[in-house]
Amino acid sequence: MSPRHLRVNPILCDAYGHCAELAPELVELDEWGYPILREGSVPKEHLAAARRAVAACPRLALLLERRRDG
Amino acid sequence: MTAAPAFERLDLGAEPVERLLPRLLGTSWNDQLARYGSLPSLRGQADALRSLLSRSGLTGRGGAGFPTGAKLEAVARRGGAVVVANGVEGEPASAKDKMLLARNPHLVLDGVLVAMEAVGAKEGFVTLAADDERSFVRLESALAERRRETPSILLARLPTGFVSGEESALVSWLNGSEAKPTFKPPRPFERGMNGRPTLVQNVETLANLALLARYGAEWFREVGTPDEPGSVLATVRGAVRRPAVVEVELGTPLDAVIDLCGGLSGPAQAVLVGGYFGTWIRARDLDVPLSQAGLAHVGGSLGARTIVVLPEGACGLAETTRIIRYLAGESAGQCGPCFFGLPALADAFERLARGGVEMQPALARIGQLERQLARRGACSHPDGTLRLAASALAVFADEVERHRVGACSGSAR
Amino acid sequence: MNVLVTSKAIWYVMRGSGIVSLLLLTVVAGLGIATNKRWAPRRMPRFVTAGLHRSLALLSVLFVSLHVLTAVFDPYAVVGVAAIFVPFVAGRSPFAVGLGALSVDLVIALIATSLVRTRLSPRLWRGVHWLAYAAWPLALVHGLGVGTDKGTFWFQAVAVSCVAGVLALGAWRLRGRAPGLKRLEPHATPRLERA
Repeated sequence: MSPRHLRVNPILCDAYGHCAELAPELVELDEWGYPILREGSVPKEHLAAARRAVAACPRLALLLERRRDG
Repeated sequence: MTAAPAFERLDLGAEPVERLLPRLLGTSWNDQLARYGSLPSLRGQADALRSLLSRSGLTGRGGAGFPTGAKLEAVARRGGAVVVANGVEGEPASAKDKMLLARNPHLVLDGVLVAMEAVGAKEGFVTLAADDERSFVRLESALAERRRETPSILLARLPTGFVSGEESALVSWLNGSEAKPTFKPPRPFERGMNGRPTLVQNVETLANLALLARYGAEWFREVGTPDEPGSVLATVRGAVRRPAVVEVELGTPLDAVIDLCGGLSGPAQAVLVGGYFGTWIRARDLDVPLSQAGLAHVGGSLGARTIVVLPEGACGLAETTRIIRYLAGESAGQCGPCFFGLPALADAFERLARGGVEMQPALARIGQLERQLARRGACSHPDGTLRLAASALAVFADEVERHRVGACSGSAR
Repeated sequence: MNVLVTSKAIWYVMRGSGIVSLLLLTVVAGLGIATNKRWAPRRMPRFVTAGLHRSLALLSVLFVSLHVLTAVFDPYAVVGVAAIFVPFVAGRSPFAVGLGALSVDLVIALIATSLVRTRLSPRLWRGVHWLAYAAWPLALVHGLGVGTDKGTFWFQAVAVSCVAGVLALGAWRLRGRAPGLKRLEPHATPRLERA
């Protein structure tokens, strides 16, 4: 399976923080509550958490994308 | 900005470059035709025009410097294109686009026509800032003179602001939304106005297209450097005797460009090159060529080629603080890190400018903010600001040390 | 005798599920507002509030479905299938039943748009979601207008508590925005004039 990457749409994001709660290994919050995403592709063991975080975002600002570069 | 300042056109000793801003050019279309000749017939020339552009080595003159030929290919390939001329010039330090539109609007309109043919577009727009009354009036009368030839070119006025001229902000406005950057992808060349591939080019780039269509790629490459051919407009201001917009070949040393403006009005401390998102260049590096390659050597980049000279006796940190504060206020306010982080960066710089015991924590804070802001916005606003901040800390490192002990180079704090 | 017992049972279920639906919708609205306000019960992560909002919304669909189905099957209610969705066509108390139908339509729109949210424009989803503030009063007035319990004390108590709850939640929602972004006024900063 090709590597997946998390990306946030910073315009839609409104600092709800659910992503960081559901996928703490992948998402950290900055001092204003906005997500800082871990670099690189999502490791297999965290994919499920990544999907939950994407589904839970109240603004649908978090995206899980397929990209060829790892 | 209010009405563009009255820049003089100066007498040049050496061989002048007068491609875009010739000295003796009247303002009517007839004057234009007398000076440049008429545009060759464009019909059916789309492929030939695009290949000409790729051979020419022309790059975008708006600040990003993207190869124009490649951009046109990408838009033409997709079909159903629209052309947008970017004359907004949101950068307050820059006046070159306003000068070009005031002095040579017909060349820009020619360029729009060339671009439209090259990408198969049936519509063209020229965008301006709402408070740029002068350019609007000039373009309106220029369009009126050639209504039959340019039925499908329209003018659009955008709310004045620093980010209004950003590519996706332009497209967003033309689509009926706010003049604020949008999330990418898609980029305008893929899906822009009304979902169509949109070619956004700076007015100076388009003026060069008009010249290329007339005189060809070999002529274009007669000036400039082999890797960076052609001439560029630069805005020179600050501590120079006669601030002006000048046209020079790429590769002209920075001090020669400044000499065209009467030279320095006093000893210089540093020069801000490339606009508010640019970088500071030390006075001792003023012989650096005005080119991407040349500036890269001193950690800089061409940008929109605004050149602002900071004299001795001014405080580089205070000046940088002012600019960062301005940039923070011009955030579109869409992305949290930019909206909150840039004012925090300005606050930290203010503490730096004040000097004394607050310096070390301020420096630490700046480092922390740099890590938190890079690439976390929908556009390059936070990154451009960070670039300016980092360059100030490097070039004014001595000033930082002076401030630490409560001293300052600036005569006024 | 059996028919009478059955129809009485249906009638009770109809009324009961109607009241439970109203209560559930009140709680769902409250949780929606709490999500927007970034509130969560102490020591619980905030996604719990949002998750509960979604789960209870789906649960309320069950109770609303039960309510409208029993209404159709109740021989005394004179509510045809059409009257569930099309307002004001019921044989008896068309106005009050019609308000219920409108409320059902809005709830369906809310649930449907939320289920396919990723395929819709954010503006459309948001617009429909604001209609929730219409769905709830419609359901309440429907209950007050058509319910044969409307005279009873306990129903009135339920109705009053729900109204009080929603008014309070509404005030909370309207009072200031949740921590997030204000949109900057254009040119909040003085333009930098340069020599």
